[in-house]
Amino acid sequence: MTFLEYAPAPESKAILNLQKSYGLFIDGDFVKGHGTSFASISPATEEKIAEISTANARDVDVAVAAARRAYDRTWSKLAGRDRGKYLFRIARLVQERARELAVAESLDNGKPIKESRDVDVPLVAAWFFYYAGWADKLDYAGLGPNPRALGVAAQVIPWNFPLLMLAWKIAPALAAGNTVVLKPAETTSLTALLFAEILQQAELPDGVVNIVTGAGETGSLLVNHPDVNKVAFTGSTAVGRAIAKSTAGTGKKITLELGGKAANIVFDDAPIDQAIEGIVNGIFFNQGHVCCAGSRLLVQENIQDEVVDRLKQRLSTLRLGDPLDKNTDIGAINSREQLERIRTLSDLGEQEGAERWTSDCAIPDKGFWFAPTIFTNVSTSHRIARDEIFGPVLSVLSFRTPAEAIAKANNTPYGLSAGIWSDKGSKILAVADKLRAGVVWANTFNKFDPASPFGGYKESGYGREGGRHGLAAYLQSSGWHDPDTRGLSSSRSDTRGLSSSRSERIETSPAKKPAKKSPKGVTK
Amino acid sequence: MTLTQPVTLAPAERAVQLIGGDLTEKSLRLHLEGLSGVDAVGLEARAADLGTRSIKTTSKAWALDKVISLIDLTTLEGADTPGKVSSLVAKAMTPDPSDPSTPRVAAVCVYGDMVPYAVEALGAAHSPSGIQIAAVATAFPSGRASVAVKLADVRDAVVAGADEIDMVIDRGAFLSGRYGEVFDQIVAVKEACRRDDGSYAHLKVILETGELNTYDNVRRASWLAILAGGDFIKTSTGKVSPAATLPVTLLMLQVVRDWYRLTGERIGVKPAGGIRTSKDAIKYLVTVAETVGEEWLDPHLFRFGASSLLNDVLLQRQKITTGHYSGPDYVTID
Repeated sequence: MTFLEYAPAPESKAILNLQKSYGLFIDGDFVKGHGTSFASISPATEEKIAEISTANARDVDVAVAAARRAYDRTWSKLAGRDRGKYLFRIARLVQERARELAVAESLDNGKPIKESRDVDVPLVAAWFFYYAGWADKLDYAGLGPNPRALGVAAQVIPWNFPLLMLAWKIAPALAAGNTVVLKPAETTSLTALLFAEILQQAELPDGVVNIVTGAGETGSLLVNHPDVNKVAFTGSTAVGRAIAKSTAGTGKKITLELGGKAANIVFDDAPIDQAIEGIVNGIFFNQGHVCCAGSRLLVQENIQDEVVDRLKQRLSTLRLGDPLDKNTDIGAINSREQLERIRTLSDLGEQEGAERWTSDCAIPDKGFWFAPTIFTNVSTSHRIARDEIFGPVLSVLSFRTPAEAIAKANNTPYGLSAGIWSDKGSKILAVADKLRAGVVWANTFNKFDPASPFGGYKESGYGREGGRHGLAAYLQSSGWHDPDTRGLSSSRSDTRGLSSSRSERIETSPAKKPAKKSPKGVTK
Repeated sequence: MTLTQPVTLAPAERAVQLIGGDLTEKSLRLHLEGLSGVDAVGLEARAADLGTRSIKTTSKAWALDKVISLIDLTTLEGADTPGKVSSLVAKAMTPDPSDPSTPRVAAVCVYGDMVPYAVEALGAAHSPSGIQIAAVATAFPSGRASVAVKLADVRDAVVAGADEIDMVIDRGAFLSGRYGEVFDQIVAVKEACRRDDGSYAHLKVILETGELNTYDNVRRASWLAILAGGDFIKTSTGKVSPAATLPVTLLMLQVVRDWYRLTGERIGVKPAGGIRTSKDAIKYLVTVAETVGEEWLDPHLFRFGASSLLNDVLLQRQKITTGHYSGPDYVTID
């Protein structure tokens, strides 16, 4: 035998206690959906996991009404420290049920268990812990004293990190005092529904979080519902644009976290072995289904051959297969549809003249799979260097000078993330300063922390999630000096004269105070 | 550091080929300082990631036997006696008396003056394909002695029958930037490993990574040891903490892999000290296999310097055979 053909080490599914079919989670209970239900399948085996309901317009109405009621009667009346208690409770329950959630996530999404176990689920708990701490400290969120919640938040999340994206959305919304109607992606509803069970366990007041499942139509009904005050969306730029259009002028506050085509810049003074790991992690983590994936490798010309050579060697040690096997590095592509898109774009890359290299690994008979692939000889004008592929496909481009690296890195309609690899700190800072990307990683990639804001430039969206900045997406300052949001949902929230008059003294409006601020700043 | 005149170094074959005929302190320095840096966070993350591999059932059984066959069973105490050494040798030959299918260890590792007793105790088992005798030398573990004493230490052990010499580098010289001095000493020790028949005892160069302190230093010292002619690079004496760690071993394996890419020549790696459990040892096997390839899982290219590891592996092995855990009284102390 060869040692590297490690014996199977599958995580057991016995820990799961799944229902045959799942309803919608509205007002604290699972209820039947009135749309046409659909099957959620495991992308690794194409076997059905459970039947999932579809919420139609009536169901969405009921869910939004439940959230509104919960907001008016309970959640907006609770003290911040009490909201925090619920969030802490949810975080602890996520930790307690971590293994179960990880197995469900890998089963439903196709991502390797080592990622759902070591990355997704721990971060979910971390997000709730982090925002639990904020719930009673909103006065320090940078929005002036006594900032107010927006009301009902409509949240639509993608399939690449189903539970983590749910946490990114729900944790800050609840900490800030909003109630939520969330729609998970059609192909990955399972963990959101298990999360609903956790909410019941945590005895979160009914209606504070409602989960409606279904496809794009349900999502559209939700974000366009007249009684929501806030829309938060993570997903494709095309859908994000449609949401921006349809919500324009409605007074809904909106945050969008959309696509990306991140540059991962490797200078010739980079710590080479770690850079190789970072490139691999940048694009092959989660099968490349990462909006901030380092899908464009920009490598300095004098080390290009060496880097590509080492990269190929490293890729041949990646293990593709059963997502539940603890030694799997590359899991299944989430859906047939996504697999088709990756195939189409990769074929296009070849037609356009880029050189394709695919890791030699056995592809299982059933399920959706795509072996790690690198394109060399890629030009900036190639589609594979411009379009988001959202799969395990890396385009390698070269540069000669830092200025060229910066120009090429910024030459994209997106701007979500970027990576810089160099042993030289001053170079890292100088380059990072010029990259138009929301997150810039130095000598690492795809690292997330609840305390760090995350979000994009340009077509990668607007608004920030995470950290103190992430709270701003779910709060409005209580004062009159914020004309954009004044009056929005104010009839519903407990606007008090006291809070507006108090906020007059606070220097949050740059328009009013610049003259006063700058001399003070300059004197010292 | 400025050099008033170029110091010519001993013409070690590898270094001459790679750096050029005019091998000087300066050319060696330029080469070592030109090596790519190591990002500590990234290196440790990669090591931790390799440590999460789940080695079960048949893979685990194979790995346990492999670990035994890669052990340099070691006793390096001031209190060592001929009796202790022969007891160690007996354990090396028959690790588990209750299971004759247990493989033998790769070597025993002792102080130089104990080599004759090891030779005697091994008897016929001491052959090129059998159990090797490794002797620590060069004023192990500190290395603080004159070069003449260090070389005499080596020659003594080789004459007494040592197959392998585990030398220590002069860390003081290394840390103060006198790379040429370290280099020349390794070359001289290599020469002292030469037997009358022209063959050489295998040379393992101990870097004592716990004293080198930074990963950049470990990378430089690894290259230096290879360039000067080392057959193996070894992490530690076991007398300094930290001894072997997974990140340090991973880094040394990366150097060995790079050397192989460059020259086609295979250099061995020996983590020593602090590896006490089967679980840890298996992490090292995974790291070797996924960094340099499975062909390195061979006593000629990879060793564990360990004393208590063997018994833990034997307990795990018995568990696989019998289906239940026994206890420390079911394996022998050496």
